[in-house]
Amino acid sequence: MAVLLIAEINGGELSADLTAKSLTAARQLGDVTVLCAGAACSGAANEIAAFEGVSKVLCADDPKYGNALAEPVADLIVGIACEYDHVVGPATTTAQNILPRVAALIDSMMISDISAVIDGETFERPIYAGNAVQRVRSRDKTKVITIRTAAYDATGTGNSAPVESLSAAGDPGLSEWLEDRVAENDRPELTSAKIVVSGGRGVGSIEDFSLISSLADKIGAAVGASRAAVDSGYAPNDWQVGQTGKVVAPDLYIAVGISGAIQHLAGMKDSKIIVAINKDEDAPIFQVADFGLVANLFEAVPELTDKL
Amino acid sequence: MKVLVPVKRVIDYNVKVRVRPDGSGVDLANVKMSINPFDEIAVEEAVRLKEAGKAEEVIVISVGVPQAQTVLRTALALGADRAILVHAADDPHTDIEPLAVAKILKAVADEEKPTLILMGKQAIDNDLNATGQMLAALMGCAQATFASGLEVGEGSATVVREVDGGLQVVKVGLPCVVTVDLRMNEPRYPSLPNIQRAKRKPFATITPEELGVDVAPRLEILETVEPPERKAGEIVNSVDELLEKLREETEVV
Ligand SMILES: Cc1cc2nc3c(=O)[nH]c(=O)nc-3n(C[C@H](O)[C@H](O)[C@H](O)COP(=O)(O)OP(=O)(O)OC[C@H]3O[C@@H](n4cnc5c(N)ncnc54)[C@H](O)[C@@H]3O)c2cc1C
Repeated sequence: MAVLLIAEINGGELSADLTAKSLTAARQLGDVTVLCAGAACSGAANEIAAFEGVSKVLCADDPKYGNALAEPVADLIVGIACEYDHVVGPATTTAQNILPRVAALIDSMMISDISAVIDGETFERPIYAGNAVQRVRSRDKTKVITIRTAAYDATGTGNSAPVESLSAAGDPGLSEWLEDRVAENDRPELTSAKIVVSGGRGVGSIEDFSLISSLADKIGAAVGASRAAVDSGYAPNDWQVGQTGKVVAPDLYIAVGISGAIQHLAGMKDSKIIVAINKDEDAPIFQVADFGLVANLFEAVPELTDKL
Repeated sequence: MKVLVPVKRVIDYNVKVRVRPDGSGVDLANVKMSINPFDEIAVEEAVRLKEAGKAEEVIVISVGVPQAQTVLRTALALGADRAILVHAADDPHTDIEPLAVAKILKAVADEEKPTLILMGKQAIDNDLNATGQMLAALMGCAQATFASGLEVGEGSATVVREVDGGLQVVKVGLPCVVTVDLRMNEPRYPSLPNIQRAKRKPFATITPEELGVDVAPRLEILETVEPPERKAGEIVNSVDELLEKLREETEVV
């Protein structure tokens, strides 16, 4: 079967880890062509060509794809979608914005956030914040799917697939990019980090959130947060882990001052080892933690950072 | 300007969902049902637009079982002006798919001609995160998803979107579909007089057939199962003990 994978491109650069993880799922479906749409993205296209199992890379290099606006990118994909049995992408805010639009335009029912491929038409996906797993079958001619990247390992490199350019489609001119507000940091990406340290409402202030960041920096971890911590302004929105934030599955997840609401667990309960630090011994987070420490975080976290 | 706000009746977010042992779905018997939290935020935002003098009318619509009228009443109590129930199913376990809902909303939008459609970014039951994007596609209009900020101007709206990298600000032409994220606003509690008043607001019931939409599902749900259970581990007594465990069990520390 023919699969079109939408590469995750940000500002012309490839998000290699997210793309390589979705590629692992895409390869279970069939022969994979990767679409690289962006502005000045030929470098990204060449990078994708090196991933194992990629048959071909289509590079649509055009300024109008620079900010991944849904309307023009969806039109581009719809132009070639009928040649494929599956159009897939990672379940990122970018692809989840674009692909349901594609699905509706080709009259196909969107299948979001799959965690397993059973066969070419059968998939598993979590529902109810991961409290249930549904197995669904689609008979739509072209199936449109996003992939829960945390459920997959990344495909390796060592290939040199051909790169072809794909001419841009028209611009519907419906929307316009104004600005990105992005806080840069040198930490690993939340979704690809081996260790994540997350802080919750218990941390209490933006100043004290530095306790979380210092611990993370000491062990090369990414920093995450609960919704309550983001809502309270202790952490930026893109650090949120959970049902409506990012889904992570690192080797080690350290939850500090987080109670463990189901909506938070939805984003981290597939982590290999979970550590919880909370002063309330009845906090639900301890029911999923491999190692729980009932302690005041203001004492325990500095001590831990110190001794690591 | 008219604002259309689709709302869905879902299991309340505080309820621990139970999967039926026979794999046929989740247990809905005696379970508290509520308006989808994201949709409630969309209603609140629409009502604020009306209060700010930017919108004349806020219409709420729900597609599903007759019991969905309760969430429409909630939306009316929050300040919406009138409600439309699209009676598309009788069995509460039937989940009308986003593609069918989008087709229904498109048909209603063709009639009502709203300038803005405000809706939740996802329903917390099926977690599909698709209906708004699909509706925008069918209407051939702009979409601004995962919004935490909205400024409606003449002929366009400026939307702050919560994206994986941080925030993205876009300008979308009207009419458009905006799907809202949790940080858009904090919905008010409906007052008792407003709950009373809501009972007298216009309420229409229609069917998908009247709109010429086929709601037959495209996805066949083969099975619904519990996720693999995660066992609680152990409680350690000190930071030193925690460090010891981490050194034994992981390579990362
Ligand atoms: C539709 C919907 C979607 C949602 N999506 C998400 C999501 O994606 N992600 C998410 O995280 N939440 C989400 N939520 C919110 C979720 O329900 C919880 O409200 C939230 O996760 C709580 O965050 P918290 O654990 O930081 O705060 P709280 O529940 O307030 O917990 C704070 C914890 O800190 C502990 N604490 C306090 N002081 C100390 C101290 N000095 N030392 C040690 N421990 C201390 C307390 O014992 C408590 O357990 C969602 C909710 C809804 C309705």
